[in-house]
Amino acid sequence: MEEVSLLKGNEAIALAAIRCGADGYFGYPITPQSEIMETLMAQKPWETTGMTVLQAESEVASIYMVFGGASTGKKVMTSSSSPGVSLMQEGVSFLCGADLPCLIVNVMRGGPGLGTIQPSQSDYFQSTKGGGHGDYKLIVLAPASVQEMADFVDLGFTLSSKYRIPSMILSDGAIGQMMEKVVLPPFKPRQTAEEIIKQCPWAATGKPANRKNNIISSLELDPSKMEKKNVERQERYRIVEATEVRYDEYMCEDADYLIIAFGSAARISQNAVEILREEGIKVGMLRPITLWPFPSKVISKYAEKVKSMLTVELNAGQMIEDVKLAVNGKVPVLHYGRMGGIVPNPEEIVDALKKQM
Amino acid sequence: MSNPIINPKNLVYEKSSVLLDNTMHYCPGCSHGTVHRIVAEVIEEMNMQDKTIGCAPVGCAVFIYNYINVDFAECAHGRAPALATAIKRLNPDHLVFTYQGDGDLAAIGTGETIHACNRGENITIIFINNGIYGMTGGQMAPTTLVGMKSSTCPYGRDVQLNGYPLNITPLLAQLEGTCYVTRQSVHTANNVKKTKKAIRKAFENSMVGKGTSVVEVVSSCNSGWKMSPVKANTWMEENMLKAYPLGDLKDK
Ligand SMILES: Cc1ncc(C[n+]2csc(CCOP(=O)(O)OP(=O)(O)O)c2C)c(N)n1
Ligand code: SF4
Ligand SMILES: [Mg+2]
Repeated sequence: MEEVSLLKGNEAIALAAIRCGADGYFGYPITPQSEIMETLMAQKPWETTGMTVLQAESEVASIYMVFGGASTGKKVMTSSSSPGVSLMQEGVSFLCGADLPCLIVNVMRGGPGLGTIQPSQSDYFQSTKGGGHGDYKLIVLAPASVQEMADFVDLGFTLSSKYRIPSMILSDGAIGQMMEKVVLPPFKPRQTAEEIIKQCPWAATGKPANRKNNIISSLELDPSKMEKKNVERQERYRIVEATEVRYDEYMCEDADYLIIAFGSAARISQNAVEILREEGIKVGMLRPITLWPFPSKVISKYAEKVKSMLTVELNAGQMIEDVKLAVNGKVPVLHYGRMGGIVPNPEEIVDALKKQM
Repeated sequence: MSNPIINPKNLVYEKSSVLLDNTMHYCPGCSHGTVHRIVAEVIEEMNMQDKTIGCAPVGCAVFIYNYINVDFAECAHGRAPALATAIKRLNPDHLVFTYQGDGDLAAIGTGETIHACNRGENITIIFINNGIYGMTGGQMAPTTLVGMKSSTCPYGRDVQLNGYPLNITPLLAQLEGTCYVTRQSVHTANNVKKTKKAIRKAFENSMVGKGTSVVEVVSSCNSGWKMSPVKANTWMEENMLKAYPLGDLKDK
């Protein structure tokens, strides 16, 4: 029998990290995600799996601790919320420039600035378009339940090390704080030093006599070599776009109207779909699970079938830009959003959809 | 060595096997090259080449990994102590060191430096204090002396405008987490020997888990100072060493 626990989303992330064999967590407290580090510290995984947990002096230090750990081939992660993730952006760019795998969790709150501690999805642009400098992408996973918070830790690490692209779990204060039933992943042992050397021949693990020194760096002063590095990275991004798109469909098959929403907005939108269906209005919902790579193909397929689309986001309209690119003008795409930490109720979404009918 | 001119019997000095053959990009007379050589020699003597992970700075020594033949992580400007913290904690049997300039360590990375030292991370911090931003063309550093000219204080450092030189090493010595804090130089053969001893001691501390070791090397940057290498050495002795006197600040 699977063991079912009742957990907050943030707690699920922490426990899943220990179970999936993470080597290190480095973070700095910020609401609404502090339970992640608190749970890890209370668990003392250094006494069981050997996982390192360290409270850093800032998010800048946290992300560079992640950079350090990842440089040696270790499975390392950090978590924060919007202002802290903004502070990390230089490091995120450096991680991408050095092609280092890692996991970053952003439990979003409303901004800009210090903003509010209430849930928001206004870091969509930052997460999917490259919040720091340079041409780069993160693999962005958007959980809509506590179960997915737990499941995406291992998925995030796996995709990240497969493609040597940092993964981000882009959640929000609602998913982070709410309690739900969850089945935690099974325990996986941490990688041994020998396994790391085999799987990450590029890592700074100490130079044996039979290889040249490994250098983890994003620096290359020769423009032609730098362009080559960028081209190679872009080619890897195209592979990820072709193979790693994930999404969920709800009552889409016969839909005349399509709601597109991710994370907590998708939870509420699902209720809206149910209300509308009861009224006989054929509405479906498509929930992107990977925000990058974005499910553009399936959205453009629906653009041939539905009358219009509505994006529901806890922001001023960010994901709608990607939806519009996918739809390419074939049908109208509208946006319904709340900002500042307000979470809409299903009736608002019902009204928004009816308005565009 | 197969060089027929050199009789191995007469060999008094040999390039460390931990130094690569790449020609160094440093200006003639620059202290960085000498300190690199010392670091390589100590790693070789301790037989730690396969267990060493270096953290490279952003500064003139950014290409340190082209010269010292150990694995390296290239850090963002100032963040080396954060990287080193994680590298050492996740790889406790490795020798982990940072190599940082004054801008890197005492301006943009002050926070990471103080907190790594305060946590007593079992790492060595090698701090090249040349009182200037060498790499970016000679701007004012936190350690630039009062009255000293740089491209961003062309009339000399004015305390009203720029504040005082940041004497950070004594500050680090005060922290419980540091076990060994010393200030050395490499402008004479004798000082080179002392610096080598200091780096050896620091590396040994890191391996036995005594806490953070900091080796400041008061250095010259003749290009940034706009002096000949010889003049730079004299100027350093007469001015820098007055503000930053040599010797151990802490050895516990
Ligand atoms: C975030 C960031 N800001 C600024 C720079 C530009 N920069 C490169 S090296 C440097 C100063 C280097 O001075 P120092 O650390 O004293 O090293 P030195 O070259 O003197 O050895 C600066 C400001 C950078 N690379 N990154
Ligand atoms: S600019 Fe200064 S620090 Fe840089 S290589 Fe030249 S002398 Fe050395
Ligand atoms: Mg300097």
